[in-house]
Amino acid sequence: MSEKLLDVKNLIVNFKMRSGEVTAIDDVSFSLLKGEKFGLVGESGAGKSVTGFSIIKLISKPGYIKSGEILFKNNDLAKLDYKSVRRIRGNRISMIFQDPMMTLNPVLTIGTQMIETLIAHKNISKPEARKIAIEKLKKVHIPSPEKRLEQYPHEFSGGMRQRIIIAISLLTDPELIIADEPTTALDVTIQAEIMELLLQLCDSMGMGLILITHDLAVVSQVTDRMAVMYAGKIIEEGNTLEIIENPKHPYTEGLIAALPESASTKEKLNQIPGNMPGLGKIPEGCSFHPRCTKMMDICLTEVPELKEYKKLHRKISCHLYNEKEQ
Amino acid sequence: MFAFVVRRIVQALIVVFVISIISFAIKSNVGDPIRQITGVSVSEKERDELREKLGLNDPVYIQYFRFMKKAVQGDFGISYFYRKPAVDVIIAKAPATIELVLVSSFIIVFLSVPLGIYSAIYPKKLFSRFLMGGSIVGVSIPVFLTAIVLIYIFSIQLGWLPSYGRGELVNINGWQTGFLTVSGWKHLILPSVSLSSIMLPLFIRLIRSEMMEVLESEYIKYAWAKGLDKYRVWFVHAFKNTLLPVITVGGVQLGITIAFTILTETVFQWQGLGFLFMEAVERSDTSLLIAYLMFVGIVMVVVNTLVDIIYGLVNPTIRVTGSGK
Amino acid sequence: MMDKISKFRNSYLWYSFKNDKIAITSFLVFMLLLIIAVFAPLISPYNPYSPDNIFILNAEMPPFWIDGGSKEFLLGTDDQGRDLLSTMIYGLRISIMIGIGAVLLQAILGIIIGLISGYIGGKIDSFFMRLADVQLSFSYLMVAIFLSAIFKAAFGVSTFGEVAVPFLIIVIGLAQWPQYARTVRASVLAEKEKEYVQAARVTGFGSVKIMWSHILPNCLSPIFVLSTIQVANAVMSEAALSFLGLGMPVTRPSLGSLINSGFEYIFSGSWWITAFPGIVLVILVLSVNMLGDWLRDTLNPKLYKG
Repeated sequence: MSEKLLDVKNLIVNFKMRSGEVTAIDDVSFSLLKGEKFGLVGESGAGKSVTGFSIIKLISKPGYIKSGEILFKNNDLAKLDYKSVRRIRGNRISMIFQDPMMTLNPVLTIGTQMIETLIAHKNISKPEARKIAIEKLKKVHIPSPEKRLEQYPHEFSGGMRQRIIIAISLLTDPELIIADEPTTALDVTIQAEIMELLLQLCDSMGMGLILITHDLAVVSQVTDRMAVMYAGKIIEEGNTLEIIENPKHPYTEGLIAALPESASTKEKLNQIPGNMPGLGKIPEGCSFHPRCTKMMDICLTEVPELKEYKKLHRKISCHLYNEKEQ
Repeated sequence: MFAFVVRRIVQALIVVFVISIISFAIKSNVGDPIRQITGVSVSEKERDELREKLGLNDPVYIQYFRFMKKAVQGDFGISYFYRKPAVDVIIAKAPATIELVLVSSFIIVFLSVPLGIYSAIYPKKLFSRFLMGGSIVGVSIPVFLTAIVLIYIFSIQLGWLPSYGRGELVNINGWQTGFLTVSGWKHLILPSVSLSSIMLPLFIRLIRSEMMEVLESEYIKYAWAKGLDKYRVWFVHAFKNTLLPVITVGGVQLGITIAFTILTETVFQWQGLGFLFMEAVERSDTSLLIAYLMFVGIVMVVVNTLVDIIYGLVNPTIRVTGSGK
Repeated sequence: MMDKISKFRNSYLWYSFKNDKIAITSFLVFMLLLIIAVFAPLISPYNPYSPDNIFILNAEMPPFWIDGGSKEFLLGTDDQGRDLLSTMIYGLRISIMIGIGAVLLQAILGIIIGLISGYIGGKIDSFFMRLADVQLSFSYLMVAIFLSAIFKAAFGVSTFGEVAVPFLIIVIGLAQWPQYARTVRASVLAEKEKEYVQAARVTGFGSVKIMWSHILPNCLSPIFVLSTIQVANAVMSEAALSFLGLGMPVTRPSLGSLINSGFEYIFSGSWWITAFPGIVLVILVLSVNMLGDWLRDTLNPKLYKG
C-alpha cells in the first residue's frame, strides 16, 4: 500500500497589496503518493507556480500562507520554522525552475553550485561531495563531468544547463521533485529529451514528481494524475489520460479543444473567448462563468466546490455535475 | 579578452593624445615663456633673439613635435616658481596626495561594503532608513563645505585636530610620509574624512541598490530553494554579483576623486598635487600646469584600464569567451 | 489640454506624489528657492552689485540676533560690507541659473546625439559612443577646472568676470552630454524594435518625425530622473569652481564664492559669511536630490509591477 508523500489541504495563499489583500491560491487541496507523477496544469497566472513554491515556503513577498496544511510525510511544512524548512528544501524536496540560464549563478562554477548543496545538507567532505556531483552529472548524460565542474554556466547550452539543474536536484536523493515549467525555455527538440530524462530518473529512483506546466502535451506523456487550475482554484483533477480524452469541466474541455492537434485541418483554432481574471478581479460565483458556454443561473452566485465523483473517477468543481448527481 | 585590451589601449592613447594637444596649446598660448625666463628688464631685441634661439618662431607642428619628444622623456620644462624641472616638483608632492587618497579609499571601502550590504538585506530597519536619509544629505553637501564644517567643529571649537598642513613627516628615500608619526595621522584625519564624505554615501547607496536588485534575481531564489544557509546566499551568491557594477562605477568615480583632492587640499593647505595645481594656476606656471595635466591624465587612463581588467577577471562571462554580453 | 490634465491627475505619478510627504516638501522647498531666485530684485533688501551698498566700515557685522548686529542687515554683512542676505539671494539666483542652464544645454545636446546615434546606428553611432567613452573617462569637474583656469590665465580676470555665467554654463554643459546621450540611446535602441515604430515606418513617416513624436516620449522618464541628478551636480560643480576662485568673481558672487570668501573669516569668528550661504546651498541641492530620488523610485518600471 503506497503512503501519501505529499498532502496539501485547503491551502490559501494571499498577497498583501497596497489596496488590500488578494487571494492567489484559494483553498487548494491535492495529494501525491510515493513515486507518483502529478501534473499541475493551467494558464499563466492561474496560480500553479505559486502553489509549487508554497510547498517549500518560497513564496515571494508580499505573499504568505494564510491557512491550510502542507503535509510532507506527515510533517506540516506550513507550520515549520525557517530552519526546519531549510533542511527540507534542496534536500528532501528539490525544485527545478523554468529558465536554466537565469537559475544558475553566472559568477560561480557549476562545481561550486553543486558541492555547496551537498555540504549544506550532508555532513561530508568536499572531495566526497565532488564525487557525488560527478556521479549525478553522469546520470544526466553530461560528458566529461570532471572538467565540467570547473566551468561556468554561460559555457553550456540551454539543454545542458537544464540537465545540470536536474543533476543538482538529484544530489541529495530527494523524495519529491517539483518542476516548474522545466522545458518552456528550451528548444522544442530538446524539450522531449529533457522530459524523457526526468521521467526515467523519477522511475529509477522512486521519486515523486510534481510537474507544473501549461503544456498539455507534456503532461499527457509524463504524469499519472493531473489537476487543472483556474484563477487560483483546482477545477478538475483525476487520471491524466482520462482527463485528456474525456474532459468534464467546461474549461478543461476548452483547453483541450484549443490544442492545435484538436483542430482538423482548415478549421479555425478553437479559442476560449475572453481572458482569465487577474488577481483581485475574480468574478462572483464560479470564476469561470463569464467565459463558460454552459453557464447556468446558479453559476453566477454560488462558488462550486471541488467534489469527488466516484462514478466518473474524477474530482470536478462545476455546478453541471452537482445537478447530475442529484 | 585580447581584443578588449587592445581597444582599451587605443582609447587610452586617444586620451593621452588629446591631453597632449591641450597641454601644448596651453604652453604656447598662456603666459609668455620668454618673460618667464628673462623677467621684465630685458630689451625687445634680446627677447626676439631668444625667441629665435628657442625655436619659438618655428611652425606649430614642429614645436608640437619637439614638445612631445621632450614629454615622452619626462621633460615638461622648468617650473619658473620652484626653479626646478616640473616633473621633479610633481614627484616631490605626489606622496602627499597619494597618502590622502589611500586613507580615504580605505574609509570608503571598509564602511560602504558592510553598511551597503546591511541596508540591502534589511531595508526596513531603522538603521537602514537612517543610513539612506543620511546618504542623501551627505551627497548634497559639497566636499569643501564638509571640510570647512569639520574644521570649525574639530579645530576651532573643540581644538582636537589640526586644521592645516601634514604635520611631522618622515622621509623614506624621498617619499615624505605622514604614516609614521602620530602628528602625521592627526593631520590626515580631517582631510581624508572630508575627501570621503561624498563618495561614502554614494557607494553605500550604490551597493545597496545593486544588492537589492541582485536579491530579486532567479538564481538567488534558486539558492534559497536549495536550502542554502542565508549567509552563504548573501555573501557568496549575492555579493559577488553586486561587486561587478560597483567596480565599474568605482573606476569612474576615481576621476572625480582627483578633482575633489584639489578642493580638499585647498581647504586644508595640504601640500599635495591638488594644492600645487591651484598654485600653478595663480602664478600661470605653465610647465607645472602641463606636468600636472599629463600626470593626472595618465593616472586616470591607467586606473580606468586597470579597473576594466579587474572587472574582466572577476566576471567570468567576459573572461572566457572574450566578448561577453 | 483639459484631457491631458485629467490624465495626469489620474496617473500613478500624481498619486504617488500626493502621498509622499518628502516629495511634496522637497518640491515646495525647491519652488520656494526658485521663486526667490527669479524675483531676487524684488525680494532682496539691497542690491549687492551696486557700489552704493559696499561700505567697508560695515564689514563683517554679525546677524541681527548677535551683539554687534543690526536689523538693517538681517544675516550680517560679508567682508566687503555687503548685506549678506541680499548677496545670498543674488548668489542663489546665479547658482540656479547656471545649474539649470547647464543642464538644458547638456540635455538638448545629449538627447539629439542620443536619438541620432541610436536610431541611425552604424558608424555615426560608433563615433559618438567612442567620443562619449573618451569624454566620460575624464572627470568633468577636472575638465571644468582646467578650462576655467586656462581661460582665466589667457584672458585675464576682468574678461572672465564678464562672461563668467555663460562660460560656466557652456563648460559644465558640454562636459556632461554623454550621460544624456547614453541614456537616450539605450532607450532608443529598446524602442526601435518595437512594433509601433515599425508601424510608423511602414506608414511612411520620416525618420525625424518618428524620432521626435514616437520614440522620444517613451524615453522621457529616464531623462527626467537624470535631469534632477544633473541639476544637483551642476549646482555643486559651479559651487566648487567658484570656491576655487575659478567660477563667479567676487563682484558677482555665487553661493560658492561666498563660502570661499567667508572661509578665512571663520578663524577670526565671523562664521556667518560661510555658514548661511552654505546652508542655502545644501538645502538647494538636497531638495533637488530628494525630488530626483522620489522620481526614480516612482518611474522605476520594476517597482511598477509591484
